[in-house]
Amino acid sequence: MADLSTNFLGIKSPNPYWLASAPPTDKKYNVLRAFEAGWGGVVWKTLGSQVKNVSSRYSAVDYNGTKVMGLNNIELISDRPLDINLREIAECVREFPDRAMVVSLMADNTREKWHELIAQVEDTGAHGLELNFGCPHGMTERGMGAAVGQDPEIAKMVVEWVMEKATIPVITKLTPNVHSVVPTGRASVEGGTNALSLINTIQSVTGVDLNTLVPNPYVAGKSVYGGYCGPAVKPIALKMLTTIAQDPVTSRVPISGIGGISTWKDAAEFMLLGATSVQVCTAVMKHGFRIIDDLCDGLNNWMDEKGFKTVYDFIGKSVPTITHWEDLDINYHIVANINQDKCIHCGLCYIACEDTSHQAINLTYGKPYNTYSIIENECVGCNLCKLVCPVDDCITMVEQRKGDEYLNWKEFQRRGLPLNDH
Amino acid sequence: MAILNNRLTTEQYEQNFSDIHPPFETREAALVEANRCLFCYDAPCTKSCPTSINIPKFIKQITTDNLKGAAYTILDANIMGGGCSKVCPVEKLCEGACVYNLLDEPPIPIARLQRYSTEKAIAQKWPLFQRKPSVGKKVAVVGAGPAGLSCAHVLSREGVDVTIYEKESKGGGLMTYGIAAYKVTPQFCEDEVNFITSLGGITIKYDQELGRNLTLAELQAGYDAVYLGIGVGVARHLGIPGEDLEGVEDAIRFIYDIREKGYPAVPVGDKVAVIGLGMTAIDAATQAKRLGAKEVTIVYRRTQAEMPSTEVELNLAKLDGCNLIWLASPKEILGENGRVTQLICNVMELSVPDTSGRRTPVETGETITLDVDMVIKAAGQIPYEELVTNNQLTNWYGKLAINEHCETNIPGVFAGGDCVNGGKEVVDAVQAGKDGARAILKKMSERANE
Ligand SMILES: Cc1cc2nc3c(=O)[nH]c(=O)nc-3n(C[C@H](O)[C@H](O)[C@H](O)COP(=O)(O)OP(=O)(O)OC[C@H]3O[C@@H](n4cnc5c(N)ncnc54)[C@H](O)[C@@H]3O)c2cc1C
Ligand SMILES: Cc1cc2nc3c(=O)[nH]c(=O)nc-3n(C[C@H](O)[C@H](O)[C@H](O)COP(=O)(O)O)c2cc1C
Ligand code: SF4
Ligand code: SF4
Repeated sequence: MADLSTNFLGIKSPNPYWLASAPPTDKKYNVLRAFEAGWGGVVWKTLGSQVKNVSSRYSAVDYNGTKVMGLNNIELISDRPLDINLREIAECVREFPDRAMVVSLMADNTREKWHELIAQVEDTGAHGLELNFGCPHGMTERGMGAAVGQDPEIAKMVVEWVMEKATIPVITKLTPNVHSVVPTGRASVEGGTNALSLINTIQSVTGVDLNTLVPNPYVAGKSVYGGYCGPAVKPIALKMLTTIAQDPVTSRVPISGIGGISTWKDAAEFMLLGATSVQVCTAVMKHGFRIIDDLCDGLNNWMDEKGFKTVYDFIGKSVPTITHWEDLDINYHIVANINQDKCIHCGLCYIACEDTSHQAINLTYGKPYNTYSIIENECVGCNLCKLVCPVDDCITMVEQRKGDEYLNWKEFQRRGLPLNDH
Repeated sequence: MAILNNRLTTEQYEQNFSDIHPPFETREAALVEANRCLFCYDAPCTKSCPTSINIPKFIKQITTDNLKGAAYTILDANIMGGGCSKVCPVEKLCEGACVYNLLDEPPIPIARLQRYSTEKAIAQKWPLFQRKPSVGKKVAVVGAGPAGLSCAHVLSREGVDVTIYEKESKGGGLMTYGIAAYKVTPQFCEDEVNFITSLGGITIKYDQELGRNLTLAELQAGYDAVYLGIGVGVARHLGIPGEDLEGVEDAIRFIYDIREKGYPAVPVGDKVAVIGLGMTAIDAATQAKRLGAKEVTIVYRRTQAEMPSTEVELNLAKLDGCNLIWLASPKEILGENGRVTQLICNVMELSVPDTSGRRTPVETGETITLDVDMVIKAAGQIPYEELVTNNQLTNWYGKLAINEHCETNIPGVFAGGDCVNGGKEVVDAVQAGKDGARAILKKMSERANE
């Protein structure tokens, strides 16, 4: 049994799984249920100025019959009275002292308001603060949320105000609604934040109702841009996480990874790319807190198989493998190979390669089953056929190097080597 | 032992003859299955459909809520796609070829999905097809079965005016009169025929029988072409003593009565023997059982390996509690007071394979005797040999001979379906009708260009 416990700037939790600041963490009732289920920690739903929510609030993107591939919301920060939230946070900390309790904050844009809020929250016994610089809707119009996160200057200023007051660790949560998360990340680190978390939701329109012709979610004949999250955003979140993990300034602080994490595999990937803890929202909004069992169990088994004793044995391990395109080895070449014993003759590889790739798959007619084989000379090793094949390990990519030595693009050009002729 | 009707209550009849392939209850249920479809390229299922319905395409259309598009994809290739979704032996056609079988996973329920979209199209009378303007040509079709209707629909879409002559008082052919009641209802058959003719340009004249109140010469004189889709007739004679005894029934007649007169009116014995093991035999046996027969025994002269019915069909009979006797060939039917009392069979064994690779059964010299009060003959059907011979149509034991352009030896007289192939499935007849129509159109355009 591997050790899943994490220590994030002194914030301890029995496993790296925290619930992200969102409806699952907006009151004691939910948080206690989450802790009972086994969650390692929570980031309490963002507290700040008084707001009122609308209905409806969510919309989703389904894909090929799978519900909620992506979730979109137009909710604001907590709409419950501050004093109730503070009392409940204190009660949760008391009942589950071994779990991480981080409280998300978004005060009005003055030093005083921030200081006041921090003092009130620290009184609850919470272990850390998360600054919500990411909410993409509703709050930005008031100069809060993403409006802060999108401007490194303002972000730095707010972090500085916070650091003047805070006595517990401060995590700054970044918005993905920027061309790069690095500038705000750097500004926050320079402003003194103890850690970073990312991503918050991505601005989106999930779709238009083809009967009413009004986009979703529908509020009395109108809609607004919402924040997108769930499995659909994971690849974007991973990329942003990596840029933070690789940047010399931002990589100095620990990172809490967020965005589309639904399984232990997702979590392992976030951690391999630099996250010390991970936060989950959509997956529990879809399935409830019970998913924590497999999140822990699966991670544990994988760590045992890999020989990782603690999470620190693999956090960040994959970060150096993401390099610059110019540094990739051009002599590395692979070609597809079809295992005829596994092939079910669906033809998906063929039509993909024939119509959209390199016409490298041969079709031999059969009734009812055609036979498909690779024309190795034509195969550029793009992976497409393997990706669309419905049978695991039916198509494998076999290494056939073009040359023994490592050869990158710059060197390739310098030597004046020939380009493709097709 | 006695042959009696009215053996069951109304509820029992209803339950026994309820749909054996119930439809999807909800859109969600259909989508779960539709979304499993891999959307294969040059799909094995499509290749295994005699009418080449583009199955991945219509299933994809179901997943995008384009049910009209799905119905068009199906019905454009097979105008009886609705009926076929209920009666096709899909386990040996599309579903049998589904690539999921190769993963030992259940195949996509193609027939059920096909039913899901076509049933709505037929029930809600979607106007999916439009006729081209009339081209001033007329074709006579004999027989309003699957072959005739399919031929008529293709021709009418191309602007040809079609008149169908049908000897019965309803359309649909064996679909209406032959196929088991737990597969299609008479109402559905009627709706399907109406859906087909709703295109316009197709007139069905009922109670018109070629050879009785209609001659081929009249049709040749009055139309630009004639298409024969007359199917095959009654069950083959066994040619054994005792065949005339009371209680010996023709399977087609027996099933026809179930469809025509209603369940309570059809008498059935206590102990019934069914001879043969094709689709017809299975239907006769299961329906005899469902009408209340106490014991039904299917007698087949070969083994399971040679049987014409599919495994699924056979299981249907087994589940209904029908007994099976393999390698038994009827020798004689015995009776008392003119009524059947016993069936004597020769016990057979398989010899070497013949030219077609099928092993012929030969007598062992032993016999077995079954106590029965009813014998249903379902050892294949006899083509209308006399009718076609009288009309100087070249035939092979009554099966019409056609060339690669679906034309008989008489120029301008085309044919297809059971009357040519000797009795296959509805879907084969539909394809034959399409082929016939295309051949007729081709010949017409060639003549126009001369
Ligand atoms: C008991 C039984 C069960 C079957 N079960 C199935 C099944 O489950 N699935 C399946 O796919 N297939 C099944 N079949 C086969 C299927 O019914 C036929 O293959 C199909 O109906 C053939 O179509 P057709 O148009 O060629 O002939 P038919 O359906 O026989 O149609 C011929 C039409 O021509 C009419 N006709 C005949 N002679 C004349 C004449 N002289 N003048 C005018 N009209 C005439 C007939 O009345 C009939 O309407 C079954 C057949 C039988 C007998
Ligand atoms: C309904 C909803 C409300 C949210 N509210 C907040 C919030 O108040 N503060 C915050 O920092 N993030 C908020 N988020 C963003 C989540 O904390 C998280 O960053 C995002 O959903 C990505 O993670 P996921 O893909 O696991 O859902 C909210 C998300 C959702 C779906
Ligand atoms: S790897 Fe790419 S080029 Fe090669 S066969 Fe597959 S799809 Fe075609
Ligand atoms: S995609 Fe895979 S299973 Fe399908 S034909 Fe190609 S190799 Fe075979």
